[in-house]
Amino acid sequence: MSSYLLSRLFQTIVTLFVMSVLVFVGLYMVGNPVDVLLSSSATPEERLHVIQSFGLDRPVWEQYLVFLSKALQGDLGNSFVFNQPALDLIFQRMPATLELAFVALLMALVIGIPLGVRAGLKPNSFVSRTIMTFSILGFSLPTFWIGLIMIMVFSVYLGWLPASGRGDTVEVLGVPVSFLTLDGLSHLVLPAFNLALFKISLVIRLTRAGVMEVMQLDYVRFARAKGINERRILRVHVLKNTLIPLITVIGLELGSLIAFAVVTETIFAWPGMGKLIIDAIGVLDRPVILAYLLITVVMFSVINLLVDILYSIVDPRVRLEGGSR
Amino acid sequence: MSSSGKQPSTSVHAGNGDASPERISPFRRTLHALIRDPGALTGIIIVGVLAILALVAPLISPQDPYDLAQLDIMDGRLAPGATSMNGMVYLLGTDDQGRDLFSGILYGLRTSILVGIISAAVAIVIGTCVGLLSAYAGGRVDALLMRIVDIQLSFPAILVALIFLAILGQGVDKIIIALVVTQWAYYARTVRGSALVESRRAYTDAARSMALSDKRIIFRHILPNCVPPLIVVATMRIAYAIMLEATLSFLGIGLPITEPSLGLLISNGFEYLLSGDYWISVFPGITLLLLIVGINLIGDALRDILNPRQEG
Repeated sequence: MSSYLLSRLFQTIVTLFVMSVLVFVGLYMVGNPVDVLLSSSATPEERLHVIQSFGLDRPVWEQYLVFLSKALQGDLGNSFVFNQPALDLIFQRMPATLELAFVALLMALVIGIPLGVRAGLKPNSFVSRTIMTFSILGFSLPTFWIGLIMIMVFSVYLGWLPASGRGDTVEVLGVPVSFLTLDGLSHLVLPAFNLALFKISLVIRLTRAGVMEVMQLDYVRFARAKGINERRILRVHVLKNTLIPLITVIGLELGSLIAFAVVTETIFAWPGMGKLIIDAIGVLDRPVILAYLLITVVMFSVINLLVDILYSIVDPRVRLEGGSR
Repeated sequence: MSSSGKQPSTSVHAGNGDASPERISPFRRTLHALIRDPGALTGIIIVGVLAILALVAPLISPQDPYDLAQLDIMDGRLAPGATSMNGMVYLLGTDDQGRDLFSGILYGLRTSILVGIISAAVAIVIGTCVGLLSAYAGGRVDALLMRIVDIQLSFPAILVALIFLAILGQGVDKIIIALVVTQWAYYARTVRGSALVESRRAYTDAARSMALSDKRIIFRHILPNCVPPLIVVATMRIAYAIMLEATLSFLGIGLPITEPSLGLLISNGFEYLLSGDYWISVFPGITLLLLIVGINLIGDALRDILNPRQEG
């Protein structure tokens, strides 16, 4: 286990390093941030001063080494635009994104699993076919467009839910959250559902496939033959074995929810880190782009590692349970 | 299927008539199965109509939406069905620049389909080569390549695309590069998986025992049998690529404003949506939705038809 953890840690560090070099050199080659920072009326002296103060006149490898040595001390540089540490900017906005992603994940599970089980138990019934048709639609609906339509219907025409922002927040352990206030919750519903839509379809399909597979296994038939009632078979024998592969997927999907929050946050003006990165790309705010990428790589690596560990803990025990007759 | 499919093809060389039902090629058999599936047929019709519309866009669109001389700012944000001063009818209304939305959608469709297909084609070629190499070389090369694939696939496509577009900037070529980068790994993994399975089959052993060259075995024997799963993955991926392109263009980091694209049209309409001018965003969105639903319907049916697990 510990050698496994070590090799994973090593892999993460290598990924981080390669990514930072790629992005750093890549960003170095495009555009000049000075053009973004200064107005066109700036004098050559002002230009030179800005270039020197950001160290932009030195060769790229030297700039990278400076960046690296500072990064190892937890300093990823100041944002060109906000003139604040890039890391602080991202950490300020991270809770909003995480809240959105977790609520979306919860929605996907709460809506997706029951529908998936229903579709898996009676795959040929009308209800199941309807569920599957909707799941194809859920896969095909462009997230950003359905977000616009949701704003149009629920905010503009019906006026039921607000279209932008986070609403009132309360602090929990120093972190502002929306879901504990009524106003915040009303702001959260649309973006979270928008983000969850694609994942609902995914969870439906996975659950359905899992249920259909498990239902045909010998131990389920055996349980039936023993006269155990259907509810118990479903709860104890089928669901448990169906949900385990879901763990892996859910873990990976949490990462993808955080990444796709970029789109939802832009549409609903949700003040998270996704909106920050889009704005940063627009003005070539290098430190913020780099910091965002490095932090997401770390976040993803941690999530993937946790999923792997969780799976290795859960899987053998299940095999044991499934195998004991 | 692969083993039973080989035998008749050798007997055909002996001079059987064309009437033999076993002579139907896998391609035609798949096509027949697709047409018999109501979902797939709907998909084929939708995609077919949209593709034809995109192809003949310059011939049938009432206006060249990117020739600024033809635009009249006075016609900006007209509702669907409104008539211009010069008597032209705007079937689906106009956007803020006075651009005929119907024409804009036709041209946008062209860009979306083109970007989707080109990026998929390049990604398939790269992914197939990597997958075959990985399966064939085995050992360390395989381990290294698949580790790269794993790492790349552990990052969501949109994030990878964001990184590349942040570096590359906007443009059709750039978004194609970004889409290729996000997609090749899927194809590499698919091809490697099926190539490994096929290389253990009896017919590959037979080919080896006939002392055929590696190149011939890989490209003439193994690769053709990797095509069905590749097609299934490709259909789903093209739909995803088109959606991703639209999303990135909507975010303002994909295609530049000078290139017509469905994502950009939707993005243009976003600010007017709140004031009730729904058509600028809604109609391009419906077109995009139809295109993606159509491709996914075909892909869904193809997966059932070509799924090797159901062949036995």
